[in-house]
Amino acid sequence: MPSLLNPDRPPVFCPGCSHERIVKALDRTFQAMGLSGDGVVLVSDIGCSGLFDTFFHTHAFHGLHGRALTYATGIKMVRPDLHVVVTMGDGGLGIGGAHVLSTCRRNIDLTLLVLNNFNYGMTGGQCSATTPREAQVGSGFLNRLEQPLDVCRLAEVAGAGFVARASTYDKELVGIMERAVAHPGFSVVDIHGICPGRYTRRNRIGPADIEAGLRRLPPLTEAAPDERKTEYATAYREEAARLAPPPPPARIKARLSPVGEARQEIVLLGSAGQRIVTAGELLCLAGAAAGLNATQKNDYPITVMRGHSVSELILSAEPVGYTGIRKPTAVVALAPEGVARKRGLLADLPEDALLLHAAGVEVPETRGSVRSVDFRAMGIKSPDWALASLAVLARENRVLSPEMLQAALELRFRGTVREAALSVVHKVLDPEGGKPTP
Amino acid sequence: MSFSLMEGNEAIGRGAIRAGCSFFAGYPITPATTIYNTMLELLPPSGGVCMQGEDEIASIGFCLGASMAGAKVMTATSGPGISLYSEQISFAIGSEIPIVIVDVQRLGPSTGSATKGADGDIQFLRWGNSGGLPVVVLAPVDVADCYALTVHAFNLAEICRCPVFIAANKEISMTRETVDLDAVDLPPVVERTPAPEGAPFLPFGTKPGRNVPGFLPIGGSRLVRQTSSTHGTDGYITTDPERIAQNQERLMRKVSEAVDAAPLFDWRPAQGAETLLIAYGVTARAAGAAVRALAQEGTAVSLLTLKSLWPVPERLIRDKARDCRRVVVVEMNLGQYVREVQRILPGMEVSFFGQMNGELISPHQIRKVLRHA
Repeated sequence: MPSLLNPDRPPVFCPGCSHERIVKALDRTFQAMGLSGDGVVLVSDIGCSGLFDTFFHTHAFHGLHGRALTYATGIKMVRPDLHVVVTMGDGGLGIGGAHVLSTCRRNIDLTLLVLNNFNYGMTGGQCSATTPREAQVGSGFLNRLEQPLDVCRLAEVAGAGFVARASTYDKELVGIMERAVAHPGFSVVDIHGICPGRYTRRNRIGPADIEAGLRRLPPLTEAAPDERKTEYATAYREEAARLAPPPPPARIKARLSPVGEARQEIVLLGSAGQRIVTAGELLCLAGAAAGLNATQKNDYPITVMRGHSVSELILSAEPVGYTGIRKPTAVVALAPEGVARKRGLLADLPEDALLLHAAGVEVPETRGSVRSVDFRAMGIKSPDWALASLAVLARENRVLSPEMLQAALELRFRGTVREAALSVVHKVLDPEGGKPTP
Repeated sequence: MSFSLMEGNEAIGRGAIRAGCSFFAGYPITPATTIYNTMLELLPPSGGVCMQGEDEIASIGFCLGASMAGAKVMTATSGPGISLYSEQISFAIGSEIPIVIVDVQRLGPSTGSATKGADGDIQFLRWGNSGGLPVVVLAPVDVADCYALTVHAFNLAEICRCPVFIAANKEISMTRETVDLDAVDLPPVVERTPAPEGAPFLPFGTKPGRNVPGFLPIGGSRLVRQTSSTHGTDGYITTDPERIAQNQERLMRKVSEAVDAAPLFDWRPAQGAETLLIAYGVTARAAGAAVRALAQEGTAVSLLTLKSLWPVPERLIRDKARDCRRVVVVEMNLGQYVREVQRILPGMEVSFFGQMNGELISPHQIRKVLRHA
């Protein structure tokens, strides 16, 4: 195959820069693999390694510092047939560390070439994630305080499918890169090299020192690529193929009559675990089954299974604008946590409003009519009190009718969950009766 | 007619699918998480991709890569995530990458209150990028809007090749509402305009009279260059001040002109009204209720609900304010969009009412403001 180098844009690196040798080695890699430019995407980021994409006749994506793997992942997920090669310096490695780690864990079929020259060349030779402690760099004493990172050991532990180190001057470099690009998973090649513009001005290292440095590193445990690891994009498609598309949203026909013309504003006050939000949803569904517009505005803290849970519900023949409630028609109080959130609203309750509270849950003085319901005595447990409260309202044709509640349960629940919910409702509607009809 | 019951976030997800979205990536954050949940349910079974990034930076990065490979993409977060998106947003603006970004606003500053609503990011969405070039921001009022504006957002992202934000709010996104989906007025879906065949492909070259370059996906038979660096039409770095200036001005113009041509809004004029009330987002619902109640008392107030927030629909606002003596702007923040209204209506009395405590502004509060306006 012909070279993929761009003859109009020859490399512009400092004389003696390792990057230039790697550009040529990468081109030989593409040639050896018989790749054409339209099958390859070079993804690069900021710094000297970020010039790579301009030297090649391939697809190119040059983005932000350390984020090249994120773009490469998006490209690969849409076009798994492409060879996606990412170049990154030791700077990008450091700032994009979370992406390196996560890409290893995903084992997505990308190739990451780390052009590791131990410093930030473009900005003045500051220390990077790989700068040795003993090096003299543009960050004063700071590099002496930080441990240099061995990206290969990190990549191994994190799950990359292919991990290798190489010197820029290694005769095997093309062969290693070829295996990396061919590997069907995430491959990382840590290529150590020289930055004559910055690093070697104060640190006397040459090719022999690079080789010696590599030999001093602990050997990699998995020299051979691990083919057993699953490649992300392939596995993703296999998993997705097993999924059935969800049904479209239920279209609820208005087949019942509402209990009255008036707009209903209901507030459910409870605590986490009392299924307040589910009861609110049921009330909305009941309204929809009677052709009413409904809104449900919830308030609960970020904690799960602890704290208040408040649901404000509006049922109206007219479209609902403002979703807050100041003058409710009914309030259901099932836990002190909920009551504490709405003390002002309860104190200011209109005279014709109903305040339904579970026995034992204290409510403040109010002008509305107050009704206590002993759910425990009815054999109903706290997580079902909100549902049971709807049944209490339905029994009196306040807010909703028993038929509307029945319709809501049929829309919301299936199987044994529906049976359990119906049995709670029956305990309220028909306390003396026998078994619920399924 | 039939109702579906859903929250705003689900409607945004369903709107995205309707618009042809095939790629979503996000990082969980209240109150935006249920968009991610919706996309995870809808996309993979239909051959699309929904991913969870290791952070917000990765999530939007996946989207930018996928968009350049030809997919229609969306991501969703809240204020803290928009902060992390910022550098990638600037990239998408400068490099003309279509993307829809949902900001389900919550009470800030910073991590603030995860489960409390606000409209505190309105100026941030416009100016939270380096370079200060324009973006499109749409603000839904209700669940039906969440559905329809998401389709509009995808269309505008394709038309302008730029980031388009949906400025939602916990109070719409996590509020359930009945909606007749079949009755929602949806625009026809716009597809990406391909670059002309034959001519040498210039990734940022525009045809005479056009503001937006034709698109080719990465991975096609013609090579595509994408770059975050200051570039010429060929996608290579340029330092030529004239070419740079031309490009920046085009980036500015393409967005302004597209929105100025057809801003999205709702207009409820009142006969003889001397006051114009301007609102957006969830506050527009309370504004509507307040204006109706005042009308019953015999006070006429006109209501302009803006759904295109950025670029500011300047002609529209001037036009609607022409016959009024004063303008009142209400927002769920301490005064952000009102600055734009004041800027484009010099000499007019423009007053403001805002609240930033996690609670909805009520019709009662707005009525009080309007009575004393």
